[in-house]
Amino acid sequence: MSFTDILFAFAGLFGLFSALAVGVLSLTWLERKTLARIQQRAGPSVVGPHGLLQPFADAMKLATKEDIIPAYADKLLFWMAPVFVAVPAFLIWLAIPFGDRVAVRVLDLGLLYLVAISGIGVVGLLMGGWASSSRYSMLGGLRAAAQLVSYEIPIVIVILSVAVLVQSLSLDAVIGGNTITIGEATRDLPGQGLIPFAFVMPMGFVIFFIAGLAELGRTPFDIHHAESEVVGGPFVEYSGAHWAVFFLAEYLNTFVISALIIVLFFGGWSWPNPPESIFGNDLSSTTTNFVGGAWFMFKTYIVAVTIFWIRGTYPRLRIDQLMTFAWQVLIPLAFVNFALIAVVLFYDWPLWMMPTLSLPILIGAAIGVQRGRGVRDRPQTVRILRRSAGEIGRPMPNAPTQTQISGEGQAGD
Amino acid sequence: MTENATPTNMGSTVTQVPSPEPGTVDMMVNMGPQHPATHGVFRMELRVDGEQIQDLVPHIGYLHRGSEKLCEHESYSQIITLFDRLDYVSNFNNELVIVSAVEKLMDVAPPPRAELIRIIMCEFNRIASHLLFYGTFAIDMGAITPLLYNFRDREKIQALFESVSGARMMHNYFRVGGVKQDVADDFESRSLALCNELEYGIGETDRLLTENEIFLERTSGIGVISGEDALDWGLSGPVLRASGVPYDVRVDEPYSRYDELDFGIPVGSAGDCWDRFYVRILEARESVSIIRQAIALMEPGDTMAKIRRIARPPAGEVYAHCENPRGDLGVYIVSEGGDRPYRLKVRPPSFCNLQALRDLTVGHYIADAVVILGTLDIVLGEVDR
Repeated sequence: MSFTDILFAFAGLFGLFSALAVGVLSLTWLERKTLARIQQRAGPSVVGPHGLLQPFADAMKLATKEDIIPAYADKLLFWMAPVFVAVPAFLIWLAIPFGDRVAVRVLDLGLLYLVAISGIGVVGLLMGGWASSSRYSMLGGLRAAAQLVSYEIPIVIVILSVAVLVQSLSLDAVIGGNTITIGEATRDLPGQGLIPFAFVMPMGFVIFFIAGLAELGRTPFDIHHAESEVVGGPFVEYSGAHWAVFFLAEYLNTFVISALIIVLFFGGWSWPNPPESIFGNDLSSTTTNFVGGAWFMFKTYIVAVTIFWIRGTYPRLRIDQLMTFAWQVLIPLAFVNFALIAVVLFYDWPLWMMPTLSLPILIGAAIGVQRGRGVRDRPQTVRILRRSAGEIGRPMPNAPTQTQISGEGQAGD
Repeated sequence: MTENATPTNMGSTVTQVPSPEPGTVDMMVNMGPQHPATHGVFRMELRVDGEQIQDLVPHIGYLHRGSEKLCEHESYSQIITLFDRLDYVSNFNNELVIVSAVEKLMDVAPPPRAELIRIIMCEFNRIASHLLFYGTFAIDMGAITPLLYNFRDREKIQALFESVSGARMMHNYFRVGGVKQDVADDFESRSLALCNELEYGIGETDRLLTENEIFLERTSGIGVISGEDALDWGLSGPVLRASGVPYDVRVDEPYSRYDELDFGIPVGSAGDCWDRFYVRILEARESVSIIRQAIALMEPGDTMAKIRRIARPPAGEVYAHCENPRGDLGVYIVSEGGDRPYRLKVRPPSFCNLQALRDLTVGHYIADAVVILGTLDIVLGEVDR
C-alpha cells in the first residue's frame, strides 16, 4: 500500500464522515419538519431560514451540555456503549455505492459486509442498557437485543434472496442487476433493464422495509426506547455528547436503511434514469457520478420521509406482538420469498413469475394476520342507549314516543 | 391489598414471592412519580418477571393540597375556585357539583337560562377533557400525532371559555344561584360553529385510531373488568359504562335541565381498553348533540337567581353529584349555617377508578400497564385533592 493509497483512504473517510454528519443534521431537520407538517405545526422556524440551522444549534447545545455519568454506572461500558453503536453505523457507509464503482471501498462482498457490520450495533445498546444501572435502561437494552436479533433474520434472508437473484454479493452487481442485466446477462426478460427489484420480488421489499423499521427501532417498532414505557430505554441515563452519539447513530441507521432499500430494490443511483442515458456512455465521468449520487440521495430522502410519515401515523406494538410478528410472519415469509427466487431461477422461469407468485402470498399473509386476531367486529361492542327510547335511566316525562327497543339494553344488564 | 408486605427492596411494599426458577428474582420497577406516562405525579411500583407484571402497588399523594380541609375555611363562593383545581381539565363540571350542592342545601333554583349556560359549558368541557384523553392515550401507545390534533380543537374550546368566563381553565364562573355573567351576543353562533369543528375533530381521531390495526391489537382484550367487578370497585363514568353497566347520573338522576334533552349514553360490553376508548369517542359526539339542543332551548332571561350575595345555607347536610367526564363526582357538605361549610367531602371519580388498577394490570405487560392507566384517565389533582 503506497502512501497515496493511505492518503486517499483517509481523504475518503474524512469526506464520508463530513458528508454523513451533514446528512444526519439534514435528516433531523427533515424529520422535525415532516412531523410538524403531519401534525399541523410549523416545526423549527426560528434559527435560520425555515429553521434550517436548528440542527446546528441542537448539536452545539448537546456538545456543550454536561455529561453526567450515574454514580452506580459501570463507567467503562457506559463510555464505550455509544461508540459501539455509532462506529458500525458509520462503517456500513463504506460499502454503499453512490455511483458506478464510486464508494469509499468497493467491496466484492458488499452484501456480506453490510450484514456483518449491522449486527454489531445491538451490542452497544445492550451495553448501554446494562451499564446505566437503571431499570428502564436495562429493560430497554434487553428489548433492543431481543428485537434487533429477531429482525436481523428476515433482513439477512431477504438480502440473500437479492444475492441469489443477481448471483453476486457485490452491491455494484445488485445495482447493475437492478437495471442492466439479470445474473450473467443470459436471461432474456421482457422489460429487462427497467424493472427494479421491488417489482421483481415485492414480498422481499415489504419484508425488508418492515424489518428495517424494526432494526431502526422506529415506530411502530420503537419499543426499546418507548418514552411512555421505558422512558428512552438504553439512553435514559445518557446526556450531552454521549447521548448525541447515540442520536447520531440512530439517524445514521435510518439513513442506511433508506439507502439500502434504494440500493437493493430501486436500482441505487441508476434507476429509472441511468445517467448514461443523459450523459452518454462515459460512466466514470465526474458529471455522471455527481448526478447519479444526487439522484441516489434524493431517492434515499424519499424513503426517509416515508419512515417519518409512518412515525407520525402509527401507535407502537407491544414486545410480545413484535416478537410474534417477527417469528411467525416475517421469517417464514422471508423463507418463502427465498424459496420462490430459488425455484424461479432453477427452472429458468421468466422473472415475472416472481411477483405473480409472491403477491398473492403477501396479500394472503396480510389478510391472515388481520383476521387471525378476530377483532374486525370491534365497533359493535359499544352501543348507544337512549333515555328517550326507554333504554336507560328513568323514563322521560315528555319523551318523544319511540318504539321501545326490546330487553337487551335495559338498565342493570 | 398486599398480603405478606415486606419492607425489603428499599422500602417497597410490593409482595415478594420467591421465583420458581432458582437463582432469579423478580425485578422491581418504580414507575413515577416522574414518568411521562403516569399523567402527573402518580407512582406505581411494579414487580415484573421479565416484562410481565406480577404485582402492582399504586402510590398517591404527591399532589395532595388538602383541598377538603381548605374548604372548611373558605366561604362558599371561594370554594368554587378550589373545585376548579380538583379535576383541572374539567373545571366547569367540578364547579357545577359544588354550586348545585349549595343550591340544594339552600333550596334555590337558578334561572333557566343560567342552567342552559351551565349545561353547555359542562358539555364543552366534557369534550375538552375527552379530547385530552384521546391525545394522551395515543401518546401512551406511541402515536404522537392525535395529541396535536386534539389540542388544536381543545384550544378552540378554551377560547370559547375565555370569551364566556374570562379564563381558559380556572374559570370561577358558576355561582350559587346562577352564573357570574351572561354570555356574549355571538355566543350561540360561535358555539354552533365550534360544534361543527369539534365533530370533525372527533371524527379525525376516530378515523386515525379506532380501527387502526395496531391500536386494536394493543387495546382489545387488555385490562378487562366485568360489570360486577366494576360496580364492586365503585367505578363510574366511561370506565363503568365500558363494562356494560348503563349508569350515568345525567339520566339516572337528572340534574339541572338534562331532563329536557335527548341524548344517548354509549355503553360497552367487553370492558377492555378499546371499549373504554370508544365509549369516550361516542360520548363526545353525544355531548355535541346536547350542546346543540341546549342552544336551541336558550331564551333571553336572567342568569342569576335573586338571592343574597353571600350564600348562607341553613344548617344541614347535603350530597350532590354530577356526571363528570371521569365519572360520578359527588360532594357531601355538612353545614352549621354561616357562610362556610363545617365539613366538606369529595367523592372523586378518578380516585375510585384508580382502585381497580392493580386488578386490571396484574398479568399483563409493562406496556399494557401504561395503556390501562391511560384508559382509567385519572387526574391527579382529583385523586390527591
